[in-house]
Amino acid sequence: MGLLGFYLRKFYSLVKGEVLVLPSRIIVGLFFVILLGLPLISQNPYLIRIIILTSIFAILAASWDLLSGFTGQMNFGQALFFGVGAYTSALLHIHIHIPPWGSVPLGAVAAVLAGLIVGIPCLRLKHTYLALTTLAFPIILMGIVFALPDLTGGELGISGLQRLTNSLLGNYYLHVGTLLVLGTVMWKITDSHTGIIFHAIREDELAVKASGINTTRYKLLAFSLSGLFAGLSGGLYAHYMRIAGPSTLEISLSFTVVIWAIFGGVATIYGPIASVFILFPLLEFIRFWPEYRTLIFAFVVLLILLYMPEGLITWARDKIEKQCPRCKIRNVATRTTCRVCTAELD
Amino acid sequence: MNIIIAGLITGSMLALLSIGFSLIFGVARIVNIAHTAFYMVAAYGIFYLSVRLGLHPIPGMLLAVAAITLLGLLAYKFLIDPIREHEGAVLIATIALAMIFQEVTLLIFTGDYLSMVSLIKGFFTLGGVKIFYQQLLSFGVVLLIMLVLWFLLMKTKLGLAIRSIAEDREVANLMGMNESRLAMITMGISVALAGFTGAVIAPLTVLSPYMWMEPLIMMMAVVVLGGLGSIKGSFVAAYILGFTEALVVFLIPKGAFLKGSVALSIMILVLLLRPEGLFGIAFEEER
Repeated sequence: MGLLGFYLRKFYSLVKGEVLVLPSRIIVGLFFVILLGLPLISQNPYLIRIIILTSIFAILAASWDLLSGFTGQMNFGQALFFGVGAYTSALLHIHIHIPPWGSVPLGAVAAVLAGLIVGIPCLRLKHTYLALTTLAFPIILMGIVFALPDLTGGELGISGLQRLTNSLLGNYYLHVGTLLVLGTVMWKITDSHTGIIFHAIREDELAVKASGINTTRYKLLAFSLSGLFAGLSGGLYAHYMRIAGPSTLEISLSFTVVIWAIFGGVATIYGPIASVFILFPLLEFIRFWPEYRTLIFAFVVLLILLYMPEGLITWARDKIEKQCPRCKIRNVATRTTCRVCTAELD
Repeated sequence: MNIIIAGLITGSMLALLSIGFSLIFGVARIVNIAHTAFYMVAAYGIFYLSVRLGLHPIPGMLLAVAAITLLGLLAYKFLIDPIREHEGAVLIATIALAMIFQEVTLLIFTGDYLSMVSLIKGFFTLGGVKIFYQQLLSFGVVLLIMLVLWFLLMKTKLGLAIRSIAEDREVANLMGMNESRLAMITMGISVALAGFTGAVIAPLTVLSPYMWMEPLIMMMAVVVLGGLGSIKGSFVAAYILGFTEALVVFLIPKGAFLKGSVALSIMILVLLLRPEGLFGIAFEEER
């Protein structure tokens, strides 16, 4: 009992000292609580479905950010990893009868391999060359999918997959839980030593090389990590929608991922996740005028970017928080002195 | 013979598109995803002027190209120029722009496939293959446009300025060239090229609001294969990929959907051997 009390007090002081001091952290905490508590308020199947799809795409957008936002390896073919994940898990499920619990991780493994296959030739390419080359890979795979209609179902895709669970709440907590866990994992990766090297590769690859770091290995690591997370989301998508079709490989999906991530703010992980949670439901709720849907979406993106070219979430964060000029620790915008080193904030 | 004709036409279209794309990339470092959307809008504009309004096709085409150039300049001035420093933002701004064009076209003209009449009718047979005069005319116009462009870039002062900005922006700026005005002019030339492509291709193909997607991919493949910013490279690569597509369609008629995959695989193979493209120059790393 005493031990429990001790841990509770420790948890309380941790929350008070580290979470409640910054509005952005409060928002992240609220996000966790609201997502986990939502079924208590409403069990509307439509709402639940939208949130599940949003979570799946949020993982995809964050995985793009992990590769392209952090290491600066502009990848225009994120749909490749998503499609490989979806198709592999669907094929394993249908043809070898592996249950969904096994086929989704195996699909992710296949996506890691795809990441390596794309990553190795792309090591020699930089910037725009890289972006334009990666765009080609999903299209090549799409050609292969159409060329083998017996195996992949051609244009119709592979349908009739089982869901991971059949209950509404089970599905909800499974997908939302995956998002929260994977999001935290990705954020931890980018916050670690590896993440710092990723940042450095984007800023100045030559300097990183000169510091004796094998940038090739780290770039391949970024490619395979990104493939892993995108593949997982692809597998989840295939099993949730119960179909893996060529739409998972389309160029428009690759572009949409890029839009989501840049709209939220790159190199943050939380930015892309938040922007998917804003844009995807928005797109769903304007379904009343189907012919104007994409138009409204494009206009919103364009207008917001004109005023906040760094991304919506980054912009919002800079408004509510400021950085201490001396110790580089973030503070609420209302403070006049830093909460750690008491230096004057400007 | 069919292969040669189809290859020449696809190649010419890709060449015009990719030269415009690589011009604006070279000068302003803008990856303009909306480039082929301008081409789509131009084709629709010509359709509207000549079929719906009953204008004679040739003034209709010129009017449409002028209008699309104006549209491109406005888009550049108000949407792209303010966020030029943020590479990612520019990228998705152009994607959003392309989507807007697509949706607006979809609203006005609906998604039905539309087609135009040729400027000159008739054909002659050569070696048992029908060759339409329209195809020859399109090819001739493409060659003419490229000649004019070559003259503009290589022989005039403006061309010299464009080339030097592409080579080294800072030094060119120090030599007294107005970088932002040149970027504006180049944007105009680039969009006009897209417009001309639309004009040349419109009588030969069916129009649909999604017709910008496929050439976009092929255009990027051409630009990368030929080397970014190299006009000769774009020209050669466009015909290589154009003929590859035509060959694939001819050899495996059932596998016409493979044409994109094969062409893109060739691009990746070449890039493995020469990362800077066929005619590209390996740039000093910008830091």
